[in-house]
Parts: sequence; C-alpha cells; structure tokens
Amino acid sequence: MSALDDARGKALPEDAAACSCGHHHKHPPLQENAQPIDAAALISARGLAMKRGSREALWNIDLDVHRGEIVTLIGPNGAGKTTLVRLLLGIERPTRGRIEKSASTRIGYVPQRFDVDATIPMTVASFLALGANVTKDEIKRALEETGAARTLDQQLSKLSGGETQRVLIARALLRRPDLLILDEPASGVDFTGEADLYDMIGRLRDRHNLGVLLVSHDLHVVMAKSDRVICLNGHVCCSGKPEDVSQHASYVRIFGPQAATALGVYRHHHDHQHGLTGEPKPLVEPATSTPTPGRGI
Amino acid sequence: MIAGLDPFIWRAFFAAVGLAIIAAPLGCIIVWRRMSYVGETLSQASLLGVALGVVADINLTLAVIMAAIAAAGVLTLLGRQKTVPLDSALGLTHHATLALGIAAISLVKGPGIDLMSYLFGDVFAVTSSDLVWIYVGGAAVMAVTLYLWKPLVRLSLHEDLATAEGINPRVSRAAFDLLLAVLIAVAMKIVGVLLVMAFLVVPAVAARPLSTTPERMAFVAGAIAILGVILGLWLSLSSDVPGGPSIVIALCTIAAISLLAGSARGR
Repeated sequence: MSALDDARGKALPEDAAACSCGHHHKHPPLQENAQPIDAAALISARGLAMKRGSREALWNIDLDVHRGEIVTLIGPNGAGKTTLVRLLLGIERPTRGRIEKSASTRIGYVPQRFDVDATIPMTVASFLALGANVTKDEIKRALEETGAARTLDQQLSKLSGGETQRVLIARALLRRPDLLILDEPASGVDFTGEADLYDMIGRLRDRHNLGVLLVSHDLHVVMAKSDRVICLNGHVCCSGKPEDVSQHASYVRIFGPQAATALGVYRHHHDHQHGLTGEPKPLVEPATSTPTPGRGI
Repeated sequence: MIAGLDPFIWRAFFAAVGLAIIAAPLGCIIVWRRMSYVGETLSQASLLGVALGVVADINLTLAVIMAAIAAAGVLTLLGRQKTVPLDSALGLTHHATLALGIAAISLVKGPGIDLMSYLFGDVFAVTSSDLVWIYVGGAAVMAVTLYLWKPLVRLSLHEDLATAEGINPRVSRAAFDLLLAVLIAVAMKIVGVLLVMAFLVVPAVAARPLSTTPERMAFVAGAIAILGVILGLWLSLSSDVPGGPSIVIALCTIAAISLLAGSARGR
C-alpha cells in the first residue's frame, strides 16, 4: 500500500464543525487525491498530512507548482501555511503523503522571520558568499537585481525589514533556483514597499522563468499578482484563479465579506492614470500593475 | 630574563595558549547559539565523569568526555519537552550536575583526587604529558571545527534556512557537542570545571565589538584569549592568586574594556 493510498483511505476528522474552514458538512475524501503526481511540475505534493502531537495541522494537501507561475498560499493564522512550506522544503517530514520534485529542481527559500542576532557579525557580502560557490561579481549582480546593491558592505543585523527581504531573495537567486519559495515576504515591509516587492518577484519570475510559491495572509496585493491562489485552512479549502477564489464561499467565510471585494478595490486603483499635471486620463493599456503586460493581472 | 623562567611557567604558558587557540572559534559559536548554560552543564558533568572514572578505573580524560556527551544527550531530550522553559530546565540540570559531581567526588576520595583542583584547575601543575594531550587533542578539535565551521555559522544565523539549503542540523549539533566535550576534558586541568565556560565565552564576547565577520571574530577572540593568558599568568605569579581565576579575571577585564569602547563608538 503506497503512501498515497494511505492518505486516500484515511478517515477525515469526525467533527466537521471543528474544521474552521467554513464548510458545514463532513469532508468527503477529496477527489484531487486520485490525481497522479504531476510530472511536469517543479514540485508536486499528494495527500500530505502533518500531525503535531494529537492535533492535525494539515491533511489531504495536493499541490503543484509549475515553471513560470506564481502560486500564492493564503490562509488565516494557524492554517498550516508555514508547516506546509517546511514540508515542501524537507525541513520536516510529513506524517502521510508524498512530495516529488525532479532531481534537477533547485529551490531557493526566503524564510519569514530573519532576525539576525547582533551577536553574529556578518556583512551582507559575506552572508551571500556563505556556503555558496559564487564570485564577488555574481553577488553584486544578485543584489542589483533585487534592488539592494547599496547594502553590500553593511552589517546584516542593521538592515531594515525590506532590505533584509531583498538580501534574502538575492541569496536565494545565487543558488540558481528553479523554484522560489517565499514565506510572508512582506512581513516587516510597509505598504508601498510591499507592492514594490511583489512587482520585483514578478520580474524575477519573468527573467529567470521561475516557479514561485508565495505564502501570505495578506489578500489584495498578493492575490492580484498571482496566477493561482490556494486557500489553506488545514486543508485546501479552494484554489484557482484569484478572481474565482475571491468569490468562493469558503474563502469569503474565512476572510469575511469585504475580502471578496479586495481584488476589485485593488484594480480600481488602476482604472485610470494621471497625466503630468495630475489630471485623470483613461488607461490606454489594460489595467496592469506590472511593467510586463500579459503576465498575471 | 625570560629564558630564566622556570619550566613549570613555560608549561603553564603553552598549555593555556594552546587552549586559548582551540577554544576561540568554539566560544564564538557558543555565544551565537546562546549555549553558555549548555556548556556549563556539560563542564560540570565532567566532575561526575571524574568520580565514575575513578570507580571504574578507566582513563579520566575519557571518562570526562563520556560524561559530557551523556549530559549533552540529556539536554537534547530536555530541549524536546515543552512543560518547562529551556533556561529553567538548564538552570536545574546545571546545578544538579554540579551537586552530583561534588557529592560523587567526596564519596570516592581516591588517591590523587583533589576536589579543588578539579573545580578551579591548576595551570602550574601541567605536566609534559598533559601538554601532549592538549596539543594532540587540540589539533583534532581544531581540524573538526574548521570542517564544521560554515555549517555551524549558517545554523547559528537561521536554522530553517540552513536546513532547507541542505545542512543536517542534528549531525552538526551532535558533532559540536562532541567537540565541546573533548575541549572541556582538555581544559579541566587548566582552568577547572567552574571556569571552563569563561575561557570559551569571555574572549568571544570581548571580540564582538571588534569584528565585522564571523571569521574575524574567531581570530580576534583567539588573540584576546592569548593576551588574557599572558596577563593572567603574570597576575598569578606576582600575587598569590591561583592561575585559572587570574586568567579569567584578565579576560573579563579585557572584555569589559572592549564592550565599553564598543558602546562608546555606537556599534
């Protein structure tokens, strides 16, 4: 009996009401489990489950990330987002299910919290060179790409939240990844910094043809940049294009009715643009917030 | 004048300098990983090792290493429980090992067992064969430290990131505990179990304000430790203070000056 069969045959939580995903029905064994591993995906997970003590942190998780797409994992606090990332990265092993990635898939990881202890002296340059076979030029280029070139000789512990994220992304890029996994990249970054950060991630995806898995509890900005959104609350509540997910009943139950309009609000900002003197002008191009049209929204 | 120094002073000097060099990089990692109390517990478990070694009639250095490794295993298990915060658990084990060690040594009371010399060491009683132990054991510890240096620095920075990038945290941690156990066994004769951690931690603390990279901090810590050894031995010879405490006093003075100068510069 394979691990996959195991997961499929598993009894789901008896008390469906205890599941806060909003469905008031017993979960049937999810159909997705019948899907085989997606060979075209950079990483493919089937039937993942994770128990912490007696608590079921995750169950029945299927997930694929392909080259060139940005997949966003959203969910409330305690939904198991970080746990899922740790499983995908191999930091922890799932209680059930399996994860497949092709041998050539290299993963770049940007962790959520990176509070560098001031007791460790470390310049950005030495941090980026640490444990990686890279030249000084490559380090400079990676920092330029993420817009953090001027931090090169600074101490890691003195960086701002936004700078730290950019340095971490540069470190991930130096590992020449196929798949970039970012856990809450916008934590510790202000609102405008957040939009810039997601723009940059979109550009990196285009330039390097990366698959990107983003974790976020934030809705509008990140969803608008995504090709696919997975709404997680212990299990996959719903998934699909951002527009579809934002209208999905379980998504609305988890995030509240105003969340459903969040995407609309975001787009509204871009239904006109301003001329040099500030007068509103209609958009010539379709509303796009990234410099590369035709990608995402 | 220097050539006229007694051989026992030279032996003390070379023993303490050898220890200073081996201890410097390990001390930095202890500071970065906030492991001072773990180190305290391991070093005090070595008293228990001495007592058990006498009873079992085995090589005392070996017995001390085994006791320290056993203590490291107990601490790893303690780290997994969630009822008591780790610092309280360490406070408990640290005092428990010290009390048990002193009790065991008093009960054994064999020939050549001198509690005070185990507690505070006697750097001027170092023999030529002790010196061989320090330099042979020290070279082995240094070689493994160099091999593990980058993984340990990466784990100290961010354990999840290092693990995701392919470092096995358990292997590195176990190897580090082993290094620490050997170092404690070597250092016990010189500074004694109560002051071993000072020898590791204080030079690293003193080196922090003067360092911009991890490697530099390890080098500076080594240099500071050697300076502390010279000043401490001089203090001990010119007064009646025992060698181990004198060295630690010298080290702490350097650390205080370095930290004050560092905060004055706003680092």
